[in-house]
Amino acid sequence: MNIYLTVVLAPLIAALLAGLFGKLIGRAGAHTVAIAGVALAFALSVYTLFQQLAGAAVFNETVYTWMVLDGLTMEVGFLVDRLTALMMVVVTFVSLMVHIYTIGYMCDDPGYQRFFSYISLFTFAMLMLVMANNFMQLFFGWEAVGVVSYLLIGFWYTKPTAIFANMKAFLVNRVGDFGFILGIAAVLYFTGSLDYATVFLQGEKMAGQTMELFPGQVWSAVTVACILLFVGAMGKSAQMPLHVWLPDSMEGPTPISALIHAATMVTAGVFMVARMSPLFEYSDTALSFILVVGGTTALFTGILGVIQTDIKRVVAYSTLSQLGYMMVGCGASAYAAGIFHLMTHACFKALLFLAAGSAIIAMHHDQDMRNMGGLKKYLPITYWTCLCGSLALIAFPGTSGFFSKDALIEAVHAAEIAGSSYAYWCVLISVFVTALYTFRMVFMVYHGRERMDDETRSHLRESPWVITLPLILLAIPSLFLGWVAFDPLLLDNYFGSAIFVLPQHDVLAGFAAEYTGPVQFLIHGLQSPPAWLAVAGVATAWFIVLGRPDLAKAAADQWPRFYAFLMNKYGFDDFNQKFFAAGSRGLGQFLWKYGDMMIIDDGLVNGSARAVSGLSARLRRMQSGYLYHYVFVMVIGMTALVGWLYWGFD
Amino acid sequence: MAEQIVFYAFSGLLIIAALGVVVSRNPINAVMSLVLCFVTSAAIWLLLEAEFLAMILVLVYVGAVMVLFVFVVMMQDIESATLSARFAPNLLPGLIVGAVSLAELLVVVWVRREGLPIAAVPEPHPADYSNTLELGKILYTQYVYAFELAAFLLLLAIVAAIVLTMRERPGLKKQNISQQVSVRKEDRVRLVKMEPESDA
Amino acid sequence: MITLSHYLTLSAALFSISIVGIFINRKNMILLLMCIELMLLAVNFNFIAFSRYLDDTAGQVFVFFILTVAAAETAIGLAILVVLFRTRHSISVSKMSSMKG
Repeated sequence: MNIYLTVVLAPLIAALLAGLFGKLIGRAGAHTVAIAGVALAFALSVYTLFQQLAGAAVFNETVYTWMVLDGLTMEVGFLVDRLTALMMVVVTFVSLMVHIYTIGYMCDDPGYQRFFSYISLFTFAMLMLVMANNFMQLFFGWEAVGVVSYLLIGFWYTKPTAIFANMKAFLVNRVGDFGFILGIAAVLYFTGSLDYATVFLQGEKMAGQTMELFPGQVWSAVTVACILLFVGAMGKSAQMPLHVWLPDSMEGPTPISALIHAATMVTAGVFMVARMSPLFEYSDTALSFILVVGGTTALFTGILGVIQTDIKRVVAYSTLSQLGYMMVGCGASAYAAGIFHLMTHACFKALLFLAAGSAIIAMHHDQDMRNMGGLKKYLPITYWTCLCGSLALIAFPGTSGFFSKDALIEAVHAAEIAGSSYAYWCVLISVFVTALYTFRMVFMVYHGRERMDDETRSHLRESPWVITLPLILLAIPSLFLGWVAFDPLLLDNYFGSAIFVLPQHDVLAGFAAEYTGPVQFLIHGLQSPPAWLAVAGVATAWFIVLGRPDLAKAAADQWPRFYAFLMNKYGFDDFNQKFFAAGSRGLGQFLWKYGDMMIIDDGLVNGSARAVSGLSARLRRMQSGYLYHYVFVMVIGMTALVGWLYWGFD
Repeated sequence: MAEQIVFYAFSGLLIIAALGVVVSRNPINAVMSLVLCFVTSAAIWLLLEAEFLAMILVLVYVGAVMVLFVFVVMMQDIESATLSARFAPNLLPGLIVGAVSLAELLVVVWVRREGLPIAAVPEPHPADYSNTLELGKILYTQYVYAFELAAFLLLLAIVAAIVLTMRERPGLKKQNISQQVSVRKEDRVRLVKMEPESDA
Repeated sequence: MITLSHYLTLSAALFSISIVGIFINRKNMILLLMCIELMLLAVNFNFIAFSRYLDDTAGQVFVFFILTVAAAETAIGLAILVVLFRTRHSISVSKMSSMKG
């Protein structure tokens, strides 16, 4: 109990110290307390994980009861099982790396203490989210990470694009959160509780209940609740069509992109679906929905990554695509594979972002890949670590990304639920696309002709150790985590009771029967399509970028409309701008003109004044001032009252 | 039988007198009719064996209050108070409201009596029964606070009536008691030292 | 035989007459006061009749208090009238409209 409280509170206290007393403790003080807080949380998380591995019982207790109303308890509590422990380690590890990295990345930024305060606060919120034992706290963590994300995207608040981006992220997340809170409400309505344990016991019962959403349309209660919850996950984990905010969130500082918009916060949706597996399992409809949405996101956002020229945006679209993978894994009931991919992805994607950040610093905050090239010889450590991350991302055989992604694809292939074959083809093609855009980025940035100007070139040098150390520390798990985690996660049912899978959905059960260990899986993987697709993607990228650099331009000229369509990101932003933004502005105009000006101002405010003065102008004629008139009214009133008393109360 | 004769006779007289109050042109006539009302009412109250109140009505109302009325009526100009065409504008609405009210009251009394002991006639009290004694018994025990309040109210009315009607006439020579009491000898007596005078 | 209803009818008649009186004597303050006295008399009638027929002396106590209050009211009302007459040289209600807004 005290351990868990410390894990959560250490980053919070660090955030408060760095945020409120930033001036007092100075830059060094701020990063010292923040890193100390997160390091403590990380150490205790690792301890918790080892305890869980050693077979410690699931911890599920209430820390504080906030309020009790009419049988509904709202409390703060921790549920620490193996899923939570794993997430805690992932979150605190990446957070720690990013904290260290930030010292180098933000060293000349005036908002240094503020930044540390925010990222520590984020760590606190994310830990609250993953350690929650009830929906209320989950929602708190969910919103808190959203707020910190908002603050950090707009960290450089004098930049108009950053403000636009954080507003966009906020608004799009509102859409998702609206679904999420409706989902929580549905859960509360059907189970009468917000506590995980109580709710999960009633998953089967909820599957039997039905509700009529629209007249004549009967839905299973658990389907409605799960789809609504998943809408929340779609917002937070940037699934299509709510993905539009994530590419724009790259306006924030790069460490944030690594921590929040790649490794941890955006995976909250995946974590939530895995955590709610006892509910999702009972709704085939919801699982199919997840498969279709996840598959679509995985393929189509990946394609967009191919044409991006901003180095961070390439990584951002790859994040979207990988999130789609994780969702597909959950949709196929291979929650363990989804979480496995989440874990490896957290490492290699954080690595890629941080490496991109390192290159960006070297390039003096120029993010355009067309101005880079040949950086390999100036930034050797960055290059090699980035290469490790890229290989992991494209699932090159032997890297950790290979194990998680291939296992995920295998699981989807084995799934029999509706929509799984669509999702399978999406993720399979996406392997090629991933390799293409990833190595396009690698080749454009680190190989080939040096396209930067001489001034910049003369300043190119490797980043300081605070930046390269996290890169190296992240590169290690990017390469080797798969070997360690493959056995327990996929074969030995590591999660146990934390994740619930119906027998008829259990695709990973066949997995355990087929494979004996990572080596055998590797040999099998070499003979299966994903590995070859990845290699083909790398080859294509090499051909486009280094072999025939004019080809891409020719293709763009050949199909200008298709190119424009991709550049417009399938028109989602335009649609949102034209439909939702313009629509709500129009609605606002309408409400302002007619609702506010006409009805409220003119009708209610002035109208009531007019009505009072008009009525009183009439009434004052009754107030003649003559005594006997009042007497008459009194007498007549008395007579009428007596009459009413006779006939009114029979 | 005698009782009925007394009742109907005095009731008729009461109604006529009441109408007289309402319709008479001359205010003095109205006051006199009201006096008649009170007297006949007192008689009917005797029939109801409320002797004390009947006496009070005659003594206080006829004796004191009505004198007050007469006094005030006398104070003003009779001619101006007698308005020639005073019935005209409000007679009809007055009659309608009066008729409605009468109808309502009669409905209550005769139709919707809600279990009132209408038909029962109480036994007359014995000859040695004293209404005043009975009234005094509960007035000075159960209702003593209300009684004291009523006494205070009357005192208030006396003071209020005096304060309202009293006026200071200009040029009136009055004593100022406080000035008289607080006077000092220095203000009034002057001691003068002087040489003795001799006729020598 | 005289029943309670007879007395109540008499009192109702008295009350209604005084209502009519209020309507037709609207200009004269003294007459208005007298009509109110008549109304109170009607009320007192009811109290005494009920007191007799329900055999409860408390009703007469009420009449006692009503008489007290009515006497006080008349005294003050007439005092006001005197003051009014002194200042405006009229007690006609039709001229009293200073309450008019």
